[in-house]
Amino acid sequence: MSSTLRQLTPVAAFFLLVLATPFLLRHDYYYLSILTMAGIFAIIVLGLNLLLGFAGQISLGHGALFGIAAYTTAVLTGTYGLPLAVGAVSGVGLTALVAMLIGMPVLKLKGYYLAMATLGFGLIVYIFFNEAIGLTGGPSGFVGIPVLEVFGFVFDSDLSYFYLVWSMVAVALLTSLNLIHSKYGRALMALHISETAAQSMGINIARHKLFVFVLSSVYAGIAGVLYAHYLNFVAPSSFGFHFSVQLITMVVLGGMASLWGGIAGAVFLTVMPEFLRFYENLEVIIYGLILILCMMFLPKGLAGGVCKLLSNVRRRFGREP
Amino acid sequence: MSPDNVALHCRNLSVRFGGVMALCDVDFRVVQGTITALIGPNGAGKTTLLNVVSGLVECCSGTVGLLGQDMTRVPAWARAQAGVVRTFQNLEVFTTMSVLENVMTGAHRDVRYGVLGALFKTPRYFLEERRCRALAEEKLEFVGLFAERSLPAWELPYGRQRLLELARALAAQPQILLLDEPAAGLNTRETQALAGLIRRIRDELNITVAIVEHDMELIMRISDAVTVLHFGQVIASGAPFEIQKNPEVIAAYLGEDAR
Repeated sequence: MSSTLRQLTPVAAFFLLVLATPFLLRHDYYYLSILTMAGIFAIIVLGLNLLLGFAGQISLGHGALFGIAAYTTAVLTGTYGLPLAVGAVSGVGLTALVAMLIGMPVLKLKGYYLAMATLGFGLIVYIFFNEAIGLTGGPSGFVGIPVLEVFGFVFDSDLSYFYLVWSMVAVALLTSLNLIHSKYGRALMALHISETAAQSMGINIARHKLFVFVLSSVYAGIAGVLYAHYLNFVAPSSFGFHFSVQLITMVVLGGMASLWGGIAGAVFLTVMPEFLRFYENLEVIIYGLILILCMMFLPKGLAGGVCKLLSNVRRRFGREP
Repeated sequence: MSPDNVALHCRNLSVRFGGVMALCDVDFRVVQGTITALIGPNGAGKTTLLNVVSGLVECCSGTVGLLGQDMTRVPAWARAQAGVVRTFQNLEVFTTMSVLENVMTGAHRDVRYGVLGALFKTPRYFLEERRCRALAEEKLEFVGLFAERSLPAWELPYGRQRLLELARALAAQPQILLLDEPAAGLNTRETQALAGLIRRIRDELNITVAIVEHDMELIMRISDAVTVLHFGQVIASGAPFEIQKNPEVIAAYLGEDAR
């Protein structure tokens, strides 16, 4: 039980930080909206981290999965005027279904081949978003997605949406933390290290890979629904190859197999460009430079860096009487 | 030949890797409750046979009977769930996990809660995790690794990692345990301890053991029956003392001139 307590302390601290953030920012809605976006990305990254960091399976198709959920709820609620609950549930459900159908054949591949196959899937979905103009509005995007409303409460302010998104991040974080401390988490880490040994322990590798792929697609789906109803507008360019790569970068920069690191990576990579805006033409160069430096000096990502710092501090204090 | 007390029965197994005949028409039997050794010079096909039995390699022809069932086409994970568990010659420890987590992973099939139980930590989750942990600790105690349980597995020295693999396999509560060169890389003292351990696995845990090994002293000391492979074929099988005197076996090991 004490181990549960030790797990819960950082989660509680995280909650307090989220609660306090709008006040710390003095209700600056510009920054609040950026952090809301960061929260949406953090949800995808949490799922992707289970897939990539823990189970060791890459996906360059998560941008597309995110997009499928966003477009599904957009079309159902925007074009057909169906209730928001229907849009949200179908968005997440369809994403999970597509992930399952794609995952079954594709997850038999490994490494670069898996990357290529998921990349191909992402491109197909991207082209579909662009070409199915009657359904999606094509390259110019889909306008007129209704504002999110739950039990009569309308999430039309930046503040309420910020809290909504970040409570979903908290749920995603807690469930992921729970999962990795269960037999499923152990099985995922085991098949990451040695598929041979994992299956010799009675772990059905294909099923576990599919499970984590679908679970991560559910996270991406939830994020997609939140995204569509936040911006009230979606366009294909948000769900392309570039975004999928950015998601992977968030996982790696934050720290593979560190759920906290994933959140940090999502926030860092979403917020940083906003600060770099001041440098105008140099923005892209500085952005790239920061990434390179991070990977050179923090090979285990932001999470690994913080852990190292903490243990150094602890050692220094431990040495003194 | 009474099939009811035969735990493992391979019939007419053949395995071909490209142009190489790794196993040719091999018959291999392990009687319930025994320690049966599989020996032979390097490249004789011992590990291949073990791979076929555990389901990691498919045979071209022949059948694999395990625990009274034909499991020739059953995938590796399902064989493990049915009670046929193995260790590896080149250690396959889950290095980044703790020693205890490694062994708990071994108990995977025995931990009963669903995905929702895991995601939301239901009471059942706590109950089953506690049971799994207790089982894992019991197996660590059995092999003598209890004190190291919270270390990351990669920090263990080689010999201890071998014991960890053994504990992990035992946590799967097998009926048949397949050991692939468990003494490789161990010193004399460690090998002796291992011999005692394998006997206790048979006697105290009632697990049938099939062991591939190069250490003849160990084999002769602990095994009830020995099968000798040479160039993918069985050249002898019987009690250890018979095998020691078999001229064909001596020739296979020392070369034709020794005959």
